[in-house]
Amino acid sequence: MSKADAAAAILWVGATFYALFGGADFGGGFWDLFAGWDERGQRPRDVIQRSLTPVWEANHVWLIFVLVVLWTAFPTAFSAIFTTLYVPIALAALGIVLRGAGFAFRKSIVGLRERRAMGATFAISSVLTPFFMGAVVGAIAAGNVPAAGNGDAFSSWIQPLPLLIGAMFVASGAYLAAVFLVGDARRGGDAEMERYFERRALGAAVVAGAFALAGIFALHSEARYVFDRLTAEGLPLVILSLLCGLALLVVLLRGGRRLLRPLAAGAVVAVIWGWGVAQFPYLLPTSLRIDQAAAPDATMTIVFIVFAVATVVVLPSLALLYTLTQRDLLESEH
Amino acid sequence: MLLDALPLAESSNLLAAREQMAFTLAFHIVLSCIGVALPATMLVANYYGLKKGDGRALELARRWSKAMAVTFAVGAVTGTVLSFEFGLLWPQFEHRFGSVFGIAFAIEGIFFFLEAIFLAVYIYGWKRLRPWPHFWAGMPMVITGIGGAFSVVAANAWMNQPQGFTLNRAGEVVDVEPLKVLFNPATGYEVMHMILAAYMVVGFLVASIYAVGMLKGRRDRLHRLGLVIPLTIACIATPFQLFVGDTAARGVADHQPAKFAAIECIQETGTDQTEYLGGVCTKDGVKGAIGIPGLDSFLVGWSTDTKVTGLNDIPAGERPPANTFIHLSFDTMVGIGSALFLLALWFAFAWWRKRDIPQTPWFLRAVAVSGAGAIAALWAGWIVTEVGRQPWIVQGYMRTSEAVTEAKGIWFSFGLVLLLYAGLGTGAVLVLRAMSRRWRADGTEEVQSPYAPPTEEVV
Repeated sequence: MSKADAAAAILWVGATFYALFGGADFGGGFWDLFAGWDERGQRPRDVIQRSLTPVWEANHVWLIFVLVVLWTAFPTAFSAIFTTLYVPIALAALGIVLRGAGFAFRKSIVGLRERRAMGATFAISSVLTPFFMGAVVGAIAAGNVPAAGNGDAFSSWIQPLPLLIGAMFVASGAYLAAVFLVGDARRGGDAEMERYFERRALGAAVVAGAFALAGIFALHSEARYVFDRLTAEGLPLVILSLLCGLALLVVLLRGGRRLLRPLAAGAVVAVIWGWGVAQFPYLLPTSLRIDQAAAPDATMTIVFIVFAVATVVVLPSLALLYTLTQRDLLESEH
Repeated sequence: MLLDALPLAESSNLLAAREQMAFTLAFHIVLSCIGVALPATMLVANYYGLKKGDGRALELARRWSKAMAVTFAVGAVTGTVLSFEFGLLWPQFEHRFGSVFGIAFAIEGIFFFLEAIFLAVYIYGWKRLRPWPHFWAGMPMVITGIGGAFSVVAANAWMNQPQGFTLNRAGEVVDVEPLKVLFNPATGYEVMHMILAAYMVVGFLVASIYAVGMLKGRRDRLHRLGLVIPLTIACIATPFQLFVGDTAARGVADHQPAKFAAIECIQETGTDQTEYLGGVCTKDGVKGAIGIPGLDSFLVGWSTDTKVTGLNDIPAGERPPANTFIHLSFDTMVGIGSALFLLALWFAFAWWRKRDIPQTPWFLRAVAVSGAGAIAALWAGWIVTEVGRQPWIVQGYMRTSEAVTEAKGIWFSFGLVLLLYAGLGTGAVLVLRAMSRRWRADGTEEVQSPYAPPTEEVV
């Protein structure tokens, strides 16, 4: 494995964590949006807020990690993506601002009307942000980003595949969140909310699966290189994702609670790595290879050191945060 | 399209992108100062409270941590916007030099991560963690704040004094020396200057809030501690800041003569340069300024015989724009810094004589405006660094005009950002004020110690 490939793997690790934790955060916002009016929505919103509050900022840092590794290790790919897909990227950034502000302010204000406005801001942007991020990823996979950058600002992503991937991002986030929230509601001793999110996890699993399936058809017509590799080299991962998804459905339908989170995470992780394998050796299929985009060796070494330090220092700290949260040692209200 | 029809579209993209970057940075820099320096401030209160069993000090630490939950959340999103802007506004800068200065940001990522994690543990751990472990859970934030500031400012220092990379004939980076990038000649003083600025901004800002409360007649122990703890920290930082700032100015004179000439409005190279305070810079010299003959040369090299480069020796295309603006920004920063130093002396003198703050409303009034003053000085200093480097984005290697995006609609996005941030700023202030009102309504007389067992809920 070359240094450039290793750096690309680090990029994918960051993207995986962001998809899992950031994705679940977005999904929390999705369920908040569709929880119904004040009284009906009160209880699910409480569960969502409790589970999101201590962790959402740390989860969000994975996005910064991905951005910074991308521009440091693969500066030409970074500028090509940003000069082509600036419209969905700017919209995603807008969503991030509205979402963060909405969530932080909602917690800290008392007036019902303001809370409602802030809550709606948080929830709507929680759906739009992952959609545009998915559109960016879809446009990259479809080969719509030329290596030299400055591709068409609109036709590069307003295509069936990018839009479908956007929808799949939203659905996968909702799916992850619902599964995580089943556990959180169970821990809070709220059997009704447990069933509430169980039903939604089932629904979201089916919808996310349907989008993924439709995505494969769209890949066939719009991203032939990625499709061919996904159905050859990437096939084991596709099957793994499918098996995780099906196993989760079985566990849920039988009312089981074990292995829910690992299975849900497995289904998503396998898709992300399947995408990576399918793109290989391209960063921007099929115009820019990983080695063509790579920064000088010394820069890659720093990226590896940073990653090693992150593994040794940041991951245990994150584990501490999640453990404290899961043991209810952190409150969620001010 | 419509924008193509405008003759200025191309060049005005640069202006719009610069305005948007400047505005979002100015907004974010205040929040990042809070992220850098507020943890130490609240941990001092926390430590004092635990050691002396002082419930008021603990209550202050708790309140500051809750306020920081809001500023950190807003800072996290405005910081994310900045990292998007690197690609959205300055894609060619990333394209050419991302592999060089990105190193600093990769390191910053770790510090930011740890800060977000331990801040969450600290903020949400007041009720259910044991007191001393809770205190220690806050300590990493002090280090991550300093480390984060180091990384980001080292990247900026590199833009001012780039080194540690090799270009090929096509101008592409083919080799990088990370240590030289991180520890360039400007890193030392820029990083120190920024960290001290963060402690001054936070110290004076927090103290000013309690000074306003005391002026309104709330002279309880909570307000007194809330004033004295941050003010002491800020007043300790201030003299060091004057020293570091002075060193920084000499560093700029040595390494960025164009920026220094703009700061001091020096038109002609020569010895015995006059130091001008205020005024308007013109080609024929400074108008309407107070001039102190020879002082500028003396400050640069401890002798009036020191030769200082004037703008006449800088090629016309490489002179910083808006000379008067840079000059006045510098004067604003130094002026406010000096005023804050006098305030620090006043406070130190009173404390030395009477172990108390000066007993005059004028002292409280001075503290009450010191927070806004420190922020103004922060902005002014940042303007000097950034506008003074123009027309370069990487001094001597890349012009800002080469780095800017060709994307359409930057004026539109700038307008949107203005609206969005106006809402963000207003929201943050309203939320913080509402929190403060709520705390007051709970009654300062019977402030509960935050570590006391929860009264209503038993988990």
